[in-house]
Amino acid sequence: MNKNYNFAFIDEGSKREIRRTILKAVAIPGYQVPFGSRELPIGRGWGTGGIQITLSLIGPDDVLKVIDQGSDESVNAVNIKKFVGLCTDVRTTVKTSEATIIQTRHRIPETPLRNDQILVLQVPIPEPLRIVEASEEKTKKMHAEKDYAPMWLLLYESLIKYGKITLGTEYPLMVEGRYIMNPSPIPKFDNPKLNDSECLYLFGAGREKKIYAIPPHTLAESLAFEDVPFEKESFKGKRCRLCGSEDTYLDEMFDSSTGEKMYQCSDTSYCQEVRGCI
Amino acid sequence: MGYVAVSGGSEAIEASIRLLDYYRSGTDKDLDIETVAEKLSLLVDRVMGEAGLYSKTYAALALKQCEGCIEEAVFLLRAYRSTLTRNYYSNVLDSNNMRVVRRISSAFKDIEGGQILGATYDYTHRLINFEIGSEDAGALRMNVLEELNSQRPEEIAPCPRVSDELKKEGLIETVLPDKAEPFDITENLLEYPADRSARLQTLSRADTGFLSGLAYSSLRGFGGAHPTVGELRTGYVEVNVPYLFDEAQEIYLGEVLITEVEIFSEADDEDKLKLAVGYGAVFGRNENKAIAAAILDRELETGGPYPSQNEEFVLTHGDSLEMSGFLSHLKLPHYVTFQSKLDAVRKTRGGKA
Repeated sequence: MNKNYNFAFIDEGSKREIRRTILKAVAIPGYQVPFGSRELPIGRGWGTGGIQITLSLIGPDDVLKVIDQGSDESVNAVNIKKFVGLCTDVRTTVKTSEATIIQTRHRIPETPLRNDQILVLQVPIPEPLRIVEASEEKTKKMHAEKDYAPMWLLLYESLIKYGKITLGTEYPLMVEGRYIMNPSPIPKFDNPKLNDSECLYLFGAGREKKIYAIPPHTLAESLAFEDVPFEKESFKGKRCRLCGSEDTYLDEMFDSSTGEKMYQCSDTSYCQEVRGCI
Repeated sequence: MGYVAVSGGSEAIEASIRLLDYYRSGTDKDLDIETVAEKLSLLVDRVMGEAGLYSKTYAALALKQCEGCIEEAVFLLRAYRSTLTRNYYSNVLDSNNMRVVRRISSAFKDIEGGQILGATYDYTHRLINFEIGSEDAGALRMNVLEELNSQRPEEIAPCPRVSDELKKEGLIETVLPDKAEPFDITENLLEYPADRSARLQTLSRADTGFLSGLAYSSLRGFGGAHPTVGELRTGYVEVNVPYLFDEAQEIYLGEVLITEVEIFSEADDEDKLKLAVGYGAVFGRNENKAIAAAILDRELETGGPYPSQNEEFVLTHGDSLEMSGFLSHLKLPHYVTFQSKLDAVRKTRGGKA
């Protein structure tokens, strides 16, 4: 641990301020709470919202797991772990079940989370309505008035034009029938995990200076029409080439020598656990 | 194996950082911090301004650490700020009592207190001076100091503002000093419509290139301002903090070099009989940025259909740290999101066929 800096880098007053913001976010599920986002030594747009949440919550007894795109070994996950290690000395793990705080970018782990775990998601664009309205001043009013017609219209038009809803990741959810929220760029595959969960989900957007939350056992429904149900990415008939799982989110890869297409679990530690490697 | 899964990130990062040392080392000649701070002043000024941290030494150090990259240097200083406890807010700087080193007006030939050209590249011919390649730094320094020392410093009286005179004539609206606590953009999310104090702070910390481009677009016709530089002044202003035990007193901390610009423009369509003012202030001698900030202050006050008149557009997209952070994040893996995009496109095509 680098003694030149405070435990968990940020000064205590700022950490307290961030924790207060988190409490407000938990009290109003799905509502984006503004906060005075601090600059970190990591790129703004590289997970600084999530890192600020992690840093403000972490204590010496916590066990941290960081994943990026499902992988513990991805360069950004490694970099974030290294930074938190530099200023806290907390234990890190790759095992989902061992972690008390899991920071993630673009995935929710395959292993179901428990009520003593917090999942911290990094968010690039917290505003779900941004795809229909560019101005923050206007989207804020739309949320206040629960004016979500343009969003529904977007989904409807997509259906009419293409026969499918063409949104991929960042597929919006309605939280407790009140706020539409952006689940961050996780695949639709992970959306159902947000609903009525055991764990607390915290979302941090550093550059956009917003924090929001889905507390345990909160209703979080992916937007869909009565006659057109929500549809996840499907990997029907495909399985992980390493562990054989058929019910996980798969990364597609090519063998350039044979031109063959292969699939592999995006959650690398889950894959290793299934194979008994860790 | 024919494919490469990205793993073993730790070693790759370590090696990449060692390679940076190779690039940074460059030659066996050293670049000392004082040299950067004192010989690359305009670069240092720009970095301090965009970082919002006034320290020539740290700015120079940051520049040395990142091979002179402005965004990286700003980034280093900003991150460093986050670790410092904020103990005081200074009192409002009194730039009326600026120790002026340069002061010009394009609006009037004669201004009270006089025009002081000061140091400017404006009237140099931009010819590369090949002799600088082999100049004797010691001798150069001695020469300029000798010339300086042979002169008697003139007493500089505080100059009134050019706009003060126009206010007296009623050509510019006189507004009472606003005693409200200023918005602090470093500790709050900027919400719209924004306070003017928030606007001016944001412009002051914004990326120089971003502001210059926007102000230029406004001058060329994508905007309404036809500005005249009423006054540009550069100089040192005192920074004081309130004395905790006696409100009436203050503690002198030191002085900072700033550039302040007031531009004059038509008030608006209804009120052609009056002039309006736009204001910009920046750290150091970053004159074009101060002018651009003043133009944008005016444009945002008026509002309108152009980008330079859209408050949210201008104030949200000019922060060096935010723009470079978000742009560079595109280099991170996006395997999961791209897979999802592929899935959506494939399904849609399937539906069509």
